[in-house]
Amino acid sequence: MKERGIEFILLLSALSSIFITLSIVFILLYEALGFFKDVSILEFLTGKQWTPLFAQPKFGILPLVAGTLLVTGIAVAVALPIGLIVAIYLSEYAPFRIKEVAKPILELLAAVPTVVYGYFALLFLTPILQKFIPNLSGFNALSPGIIMGLMIIPYVSSVSEDSMKAVPMHIREGSYAMGATKFQTAFKVIIPSAFSGIAAAFIIGISRAIGETMVVAIAAGMMPNLTLNPLEPIQTLTAYIVGVSLGDVPHGTVEYKTIFAAGITLFFMTLSLNILGFWFRRKIREVY
Amino acid sequence: MSAIPSSPLKAEVKKLNFYYNLVQALNDVNLPIAEKRITALIGPSGCGKTTYLRCFNRMHDLYPGNRYEGEIILYPDQLNIISPKVDPIEVRMRISMVFQKPNPFPKTVFENVAYGLRVRGEARRNLLEEKVEKALKQAALWEEVKDRIHDLAFNLSGGQQQRLCIARALATNPEILLFDEPTSALDPTATSKIEELIMQLKKEVTIIIVTHNMQQAARVSDYTAFMYLGEIIEFDKTDKVFTHPSIRLTEEYITGRFG
Repeated sequence: MKERGIEFILLLSALSSIFITLSIVFILLYEALGFFKDVSILEFLTGKQWTPLFAQPKFGILPLVAGTLLVTGIAVAVALPIGLIVAIYLSEYAPFRIKEVAKPILELLAAVPTVVYGYFALLFLTPILQKFIPNLSGFNALSPGIIMGLMIIPYVSSVSEDSMKAVPMHIREGSYAMGATKFQTAFKVIIPSAFSGIAAAFIIGISRAIGETMVVAIAAGMMPNLTLNPLEPIQTLTAYIVGVSLGDVPHGTVEYKTIFAAGITLFFMTLSLNILGFWFRRKIREVY
Repeated sequence: MSAIPSSPLKAEVKKLNFYYNLVQALNDVNLPIAEKRITALIGPSGCGKTTYLRCFNRMHDLYPGNRYEGEIILYPDQLNIISPKVDPIEVRMRISMVFQKPNPFPKTVFENVAYGLRVRGEARRNLLEEKVEKALKQAALWEEVKDRIHDLAFNLSGGQQQRLCIARALATNPEILLFDEPTSALDPTATSKIEELIMQLKKEVTIIIVTHNMQQAARVSDYTAFMYLGEIIEFDKTDKVFTHPSIRLTEEYITGRFG
């Protein structure tokens, strides 16, 4: 009888997370559907301007998607190579003493509030970059992209390192016994052996970059801009959502519903990434 | 410690001591390794036979705090392979190893066998193909895998994987091949195939094998060293060790009274 009670409570907690997820999706869909009663999906998906608060509003999501992809691209270009190199160093090269110090410091990177990163990008990195790139505007995609990349390094490196450390010692020894160097062992044997974990780490990093809000809201400008030029100010989906939510847009209006339209777009972007990751991991598992 | 082998020596261990940090694991051991013969190291668990074997390709260098003393001379150039001045990679280029558990890499059959050549910088396709085929034939695996040479190595059975690891070790023409209990993870059929293969291979390469299976040592080897507590108790021709051991401890071990 007591066992059953416990089982019921456990079931309830498991179900609650599913319930919350489903209700978020439901509310997103419901409000977004309301939005699409006023604005055609075609205009939403193909329009090149996003000016919902103007007297003559335009509802093309492309500028926000472009902004999101641009900043994410920059962040990923910074975080994936550095994160992978850090993971290789920690897993294969670092002596125990250094590892002991380096790992907590690295994890501290993830503990810094993102607001701090935002102002770091705006007030520290942008002025430095402007010295090298004179036509860089005060708000731009480049600086928050780079900072965001640094911010997500620990997400990429710690999951990658875990999967590299999990490669059995006898596989490593097999490589060394063939006369391979540390470098050859790391790149020819350890990385392929840990591939599924590294891919998962990359996907976590990319999702994190797409969803990041504060850094871009502070340092990228608040200007929907259909461009892939990292020197210009842009706006991402997340920054738009936070910007509008903070303003006083009346409940129930089209302007209000744009939050959910942007939200559902973001949702589909991260969802497809998760599906990709899932498919990828399963494919890898089949191969192994 | 009698019986100098009549055939020429490929290597000679002189007064080897080995320490895991402060713990001494090998105590003043000596051993002649006859060229193109099979030398077996036997003894109870923890006697130091695997530690001994791993000195020959400097595997202990991978872990901090390990220390060698003495000499392992490799002929004909009389290189002391455990000297700190000698690069362990250079040693491993000349002395290959097959491990207890099959350890293929997450690559195709072809790339597994080609690995040693590739880390040596070989990239010529036709040469790689030729050497991979030769090594797989030497390891008696070619007929079984020739149609799926570009499949992943994990799809092979355990015995096939171990022969693949032997092919991988052979592909670089090593001077000595080390076997660390190569059949302990295999079933009897796969085991007898590997044993047959090892006996074939001594025509081409000097072999040192560690085994806890005394019948295996008796079947395959020419010389046997019996080890106990980090020392070599007896070394002689295999049939002598197994029929007329000169030391009581050896006799007790091979007759199964301890171990």
